[in-house]
Amino acid sequence: MSILSRAVGRAFEGEPRERQRLLLVNHIILLLLVAFALMPLLVLAFNAVKSNAEIGLNPLGFPQSFHLENFANAWEQGEFATTAANSAFLVVATVGLELLLAGMAAYALARRKPPGSDGFMFYMVVASTIPIWLYIVPLFFMWRTLGLLNSRLGMVLIYTAMNAPLAIFLLRSYMISLSSEIEDAARVDGANEWQVLTRIVLPLTWPGFLTVGLVVGLAVWGEFQIALIFTSDPKMFPVTTSFFKFTDRFSRDWSLTSAGAVLMIFPVLLLFLALQRRFIEGLTQGGLKA
Amino acid sequence: MSREVAKSQSEIIRPPTEQADTRRLRISARTRYRLIHNVTIPWLFILPLLLLHVFVVAIPALTGVYYALTEWSGIGEATFIGLENFRRIIFEDMAFRRALGNNIIWLAFFLTVPFVLALLASSLLARVKRGGLIYRTALFIPYLLPSVVTATIWRNLLSPRMGIGAQLANLAIPGLDIAFLGRSDTALLAIAFVDNWHFWGFLMVLFLTAMQSIPMELYDAARIDGANRWQEFRHVTLPGIRPVVLFMLMLTAIWSFLVFEYIWILTQGGPAGASEVLGTQVFKNAFNRFEAGYGAAQGVTISMFAGLIVLVFIILRRRGWEI
Repeated sequence: MSILSRAVGRAFEGEPRERQRLLLVNHIILLLLVAFALMPLLVLAFNAVKSNAEIGLNPLGFPQSFHLENFANAWEQGEFATTAANSAFLVVATVGLELLLAGMAAYALARRKPPGSDGFMFYMVVASTIPIWLYIVPLFFMWRTLGLLNSRLGMVLIYTAMNAPLAIFLLRSYMISLSSEIEDAARVDGANEWQVLTRIVLPLTWPGFLTVGLVVGLAVWGEFQIALIFTSDPKMFPVTTSFFKFTDRFSRDWSLTSAGAVLMIFPVLLLFLALQRRFIEGLTQGGLKA
Repeated sequence: MSREVAKSQSEIIRPPTEQADTRRLRISARTRYRLIHNVTIPWLFILPLLLLHVFVVAIPALTGVYYALTEWSGIGEATFIGLENFRRIIFEDMAFRRALGNNIIWLAFFLTVPFVLALLASSLLARVKRGGLIYRTALFIPYLLPSVVTATIWRNLLSPRMGIGAQLANLAIPGLDIAFLGRSDTALLAIAFVDNWHFWGFLMVLFLTAMQSIPMELYDAARIDGANRWQEFRHVTLPGIRPVVLFMLMLTAIWSFLVFEYIWILTQGGPAGASEVLGTQVFKNAFNRFEAGYGAAQGVTISMFAGLIVLVFIILRRRGWEI
């Protein structure tokens, strides 16, 4: 809050008095909205370090004692060792496969534009509007036939396909926005296409890849619906569905479930605060680029 | 030119039959090179992603339309029954009708509440020069949370015994210590409230980005004309971000028919079907009740609603959005 009040103070410097008064109203309303957005998270963090007895007496306020063992208990009871590893695998594999496949496709579309490119983009635009309920039922039975239920590969393939339109829109427009002169120079010097891609294009376009990787990674880490339908073996659960079962089992143990929730969102918030410009850019442009 | 010369020279030297062969070969080698370079290799780069997407989305979507016309438990052969499933959806299935009603309530909620909040916050924030980024970050953070975490936070905060309502009751503000998620008259709106808490910051950032690309001169001109803040918003800001707002209205409307996660996590459609939506219906029929054919038909129906929204959007855009 002190950062915010300092920001409020700074915002008044050099503004004419009448506009200052108007801006004060702006800041008051915005601070209320920030409180609405962040207070619930603050309560979650407080409850994660309280004992259950304390939560019973003081369910919303600042903690009187710090029970850091809640995190260890939640890690243990929530089987985070298994599920966090599952989710980490899904995130890494999906992001890797997505960047590889969408990166190749985006490169071909942006630089070569073979006949049929427009058709492909049209397919992707239409496909990105196909509601999940249209294909999820047959997909489930198809995956069962192929033995891809409760399988990491099965999940990674679905996640990669579902995020393909977004990845292709972002990467293609990113590559188009970069000049191709350096690539042409490398070709004149005798580089083949693969070398052009790996030595010239990737080093220049990595910010685009980072953005797509963050957006896709975030989506996979928090994904619930596909995981709910395509995994039934607890050993295969990602953090989300496992946490869902966990909160059901320990619905009265707020300190344990709050600590588990903090474990789940901690890596996300850390990464977001470190790379927030890319996150916001990717999340906001992804939907509008089509 | 040089090609012509080469051709005439070879005509002189070689006998007629052989000469025709070489010419065809030479052209085809050139074409083949161009073909490989400009068509084959690029398509080899595109195909893996395309095939994966067709395999995971397009083929199941098409088979979904077929299964919608069958009676099928998900195991064994599907029996073709024509439009019987759709007849059942339209005329018999009361649960589906109730779910559709809830989707429409959800739609009304999400086309208003998050948009008003986001427009308010983004127009206030667009004027803040210093510290604006901190506000933006803070308001965006809920959008990053996984749905299961958001749901857990608010299940606790909405608890009648220990949540916000209970604390307010302790402070002599009664009436809010009720089980919002457990009562049939409040469950659906309570879930919408929770989902919106997570969602509206995303809209806000989209609108803010769009507002920042409105030329400052327009605001200066409005100010010279003596416009107050509401007139500025109404005649400069809103027209400036209109494409983004309309596009997000369309997307939000589509999402409103697909909603599933928050409802499943918080109430699973309960109590007594009070928060049932189309998505939870498909899920239950296809995966719990062994009515995969009927579930697929409901999935097709949902998709038709989504398609209808896209259609309305396209028609309005053709007419230049002069609503």
